[in-house]
Amino acid sequence: MEFGFTTAAYVVAAVLFILSLGGLSGQESAKRAVWYGIAGMALAVVATLIGPGSGLWLLSLVLIAGGGIIGYYVAQRVQMTEMPQLVAAMHSLVGLAAVFVGFNAYIELGRVLTMGSEEREALEGFAAILAHKSPVEQSILKVEVFLGVFIGAITFTGSVVAFGKLAGKITSKAEKLPGGHMLNAGAGILSLILLILFLNGAGIWTLILMTLLAFFIGYHLIMGIGGADMPVVVSMLNSYSGWAAAAIGFSLGNDLLIVVGALVGSSGAILSYIMCKAMNRSFVSVILGGFGNTTGPAMEVEGEQIAIDADGVITALDDADSVIIVPGYGMAVAQAQQSVSELTKRLRAKGKNVRFAIHPVAGRLPGHMNVLLAEAKVPYDIVMEMDEINDDFPDTDVVIVIGSNDIVNPAAQEDPNSPIAGMPVLEVWKAKQVFVSKRGQGTGYSGIENPLFYKENTRMFYGDAKASLDKLLTQIS
Amino acid sequence: MPEALKIGTPKETFPGEARVAMTPDSAKQLQKLGYSCLIQSGAGAAAGFSDKAYEDAGVEVIKTAASLWKKSDIVTKVRQPDEKEARHLTKGKTLISFFNPGGNEAGMEAARAKGANVIAMEMVPRISRAQKMDALSSMANIAGYRTVIEAGNNFGRFFTGQITAAGKVPPAKVLVVGAGVAGLAAIGTATSLGAVTYAFDVRPEVAEQVESMGAEFVYLDFEEEQQDGAASGGYASVSSPEFREAQLAKFRELAPEMDIVITTALIPNRPAPKLWLEDMIAAMKPGSVIVDLAAERGGNAEGTVPDEKVVTANGVTIVGYTDFPSRMASQASTLYATNIRHMLSDLTPEKDGQIVHNMEDDVIRGATVTYQGEITFPPPPPKVQAIAAKPKEKPKELTPEEKRAQEVAAFKAQTKQQVSLLVGGGLLLLLVGLIAPASFMQHFIVFVLAVFVGFQVIWNVSHSLHTPLMAVTNAISSIIILGAMMQIGSGSFLVILLAGLSVFMAGINIFGGFLVTRRMLAMFQKS
Repeated sequence: MEFGFTTAAYVVAAVLFILSLGGLSGQESAKRAVWYGIAGMALAVVATLIGPGSGLWLLSLVLIAGGGIIGYYVAQRVQMTEMPQLVAAMHSLVGLAAVFVGFNAYIELGRVLTMGSEEREALEGFAAILAHKSPVEQSILKVEVFLGVFIGAITFTGSVVAFGKLAGKITSKAEKLPGGHMLNAGAGILSLILLILFLNGAGIWTLILMTLLAFFIGYHLIMGIGGADMPVVVSMLNSYSGWAAAAIGFSLGNDLLIVVGALVGSSGAILSYIMCKAMNRSFVSVILGGFGNTTGPAMEVEGEQIAIDADGVITALDDADSVIIVPGYGMAVAQAQQSVSELTKRLRAKGKNVRFAIHPVAGRLPGHMNVLLAEAKVPYDIVMEMDEINDDFPDTDVVIVIGSNDIVNPAAQEDPNSPIAGMPVLEVWKAKQVFVSKRGQGTGYSGIENPLFYKENTRMFYGDAKASLDKLLTQIS
Repeated sequence: MPEALKIGTPKETFPGEARVAMTPDSAKQLQKLGYSCLIQSGAGAAAGFSDKAYEDAGVEVIKTAASLWKKSDIVTKVRQPDEKEARHLTKGKTLISFFNPGGNEAGMEAARAKGANVIAMEMVPRISRAQKMDALSSMANIAGYRTVIEAGNNFGRFFTGQITAAGKVPPAKVLVVGAGVAGLAAIGTATSLGAVTYAFDVRPEVAEQVESMGAEFVYLDFEEEQQDGAASGGYASVSSPEFREAQLAKFRELAPEMDIVITTALIPNRPAPKLWLEDMIAAMKPGSVIVDLAAERGGNAEGTVPDEKVVTANGVTIVGYTDFPSRMASQASTLYATNIRHMLSDLTPEKDGQIVHNMEDDVIRGATVTYQGEITFPPPPPKVQAIAAKPKEKPKELTPEEKRAQEVAAFKAQTKQQVSLLVGGGLLLLLVGLIAPASFMQHFIVFVLAVFVGFQVIWNVSHSLHTPLMAVTNAISSIIILGAMMQIGSGSFLVILLAGLSVFMAGINIFGGFLVTRRMLAMFQKS
């Protein structure tokens, strides 16, 4: 087949991918959008297989099928609460693939360069593209390969660590080796030196050494970031996996790779931006880990936390006309989404207006809560974003906070010295009554006291979220 | 564990009192707190609760008042105890009831001398935490509703305006003086019956509440600083003579127009202020009705006779009943019993049927008038400031010109930012173009355009779909499989191995990513 056909197929695939992302603007169009993505991918793979330059197509097919079976199996089995881990794990695969492909490009280049001019003419596919490159183009290629491998390697170890943290296999606390970010900076500078050596023909060892350094950076960078900042981390890694693909696209001269890499890269970047904005922190401060220093003593919290039992909550729910539920990571941990859904159903059956308020950084993945609630069959049109619902709290009778803490902390607005001052929060305390379902009296991720728990209209409903909700369910029919 | 205490409710002895302080429902709740409940036979009869209903709720029915008082550790009542009942009080007994501590010094002294603890329901402080036991409010609410019903009973016309085949009926005009709980309830009832309702109060901050109930607030042309109800615990206080004059002038102006006047003005611990004077009554149309809710304290209208309905010479009916809540005994008992139950629930933190009389607690301290042989009335001012403490600061309204100027400024700033970004980006591109060869630039243009498209498209993605977005971008970033597939045909074994691995991993991702996205999206259901 001719190159023209492949290129045409690529153009169509690129359009399909753009449509696929654009379709995610609404729940209904999204269902169609996935099919655009699938069609685009199928088209791209088939066009490449039958296009010029691919060999061993049978092996390729077998490998894709093998991978596909595993992918299918994982996709069917994964729990919705495990989505963050899955996404992180898949990022690591893209990262590692980018590293391999980058290495291959360099090896091929070396091989092609040793050939005579007649042999070069006879080459096909990727090697043929390489063979026609001028020396300047070759050094640009080297930079691209270097970059692609560098980003890919960071993505790989970073995602592996993020996976470990999200899956609870390694501690989700922020941990750093002595030296902290100086180590990362050092490794980064060293990589830059290696790049210069590499360009001057220092051989493959520079590439390998750089890969190892990048592995280290990825590991150490993500180790230093705590659990609740994971939404930013995961979207950042999402972005990196895209940029890695784009860099590899450059080195292979493949426009489709570039387009898709750029799409994915910008998507991840926007997600990170939205997450950071929702925490009122700069991207850099999240990546460098930990909360900034406070500027003064925190406001004294007055009053005491008053507990309440299931009976009290039920009486209040019976009297309420409007209820807003604010879920957080605690709901995911306790696997309480089914009970929440059941409670919602029963309350709605009694004619009460039940809605959900979702903070952008609730959970461990952008949009995590929405997916969990969707899984439990909560209709999406009662699940609101922060900006949609924040003005409605003063008219709400009962707010139930399930396993969230910092995102409902009034200190963000009231105490200018608070570490989270200025962070947009859900103004639950303006409702007539607030129940907080929480395991104990501890503080949230940021480690700061939450004055909400001491407010006059707040009652603490202690206990595991699922157990507490089930207790409520036994008494509401 | 000590034995569970007994809560007993006697039959009210005050003539005409139909309410009861315990209902079968509240008794069930009290038993959940660990108490056992007693009731005097026939206590609930006037409010529609039979002895049988109490027995079914697990309450022990006692024949005589004397034996009930003797057996009970805690007595709950509606009216303040009369002299005979007070004799039953003994050391350590707790009485929860209305007590009128301001005007019942003899009763208070008697209770102190006996060593009984008395919680006066009207002394519950008006803070948000205590609203659930605020019996004054719940009774006032009923009274307010009933005033309108009584007014309608004595008023010869419709409330609502009608145009019928037999002619046009104008709507009744109702004036409610005093927009406390009772006043607001009266306003709500009158407006829902279709009357045109006006309301007046000395506290201008309630205007908003009045208007939210559908009535028109009557403002005075009065310059003096008007009183802030929040400073006195949400109640009205005495106004200056000048203010009073302005107020009366306004009423004189309104009197001829009004068909129904409902007065609810009370100042705590003082006789009711006279607000509706003889000349105003004389100015009213024949057939008009005045309902004076303040009759028990002398009445707001001149000519009110407590507990009686009188008709003046010019045909205006003045209703001076003092037992409005008792006239709706079933409803009133239910609400009052719930108030009592909430009070007991605060007194029983452990739910073990034992009273913990915590004098550190603002609400309990405030309501207690005698405790362990001491008179503890009047209470210290509550630590927490009452309702509506802060007047709302309204954001300054911008004039149209200012708004326009702001929009223009924002637009300019946006344009400036976009232009500088474009110029900067363009320069950078040019710079790259100067150095890089043409083949690179071709790809580079594709890259920049793709980033641009990506930014435009992703901003529209709905927040709730961010997780599917990540899964789908994950799947399509496996497009790197193309690179691997182009390399797999190489002659070198190492390259084939690495490329093969990449194809395999990307394969996992493609299928896993798309399938999991589909699975997630299928879950999103509309209600």
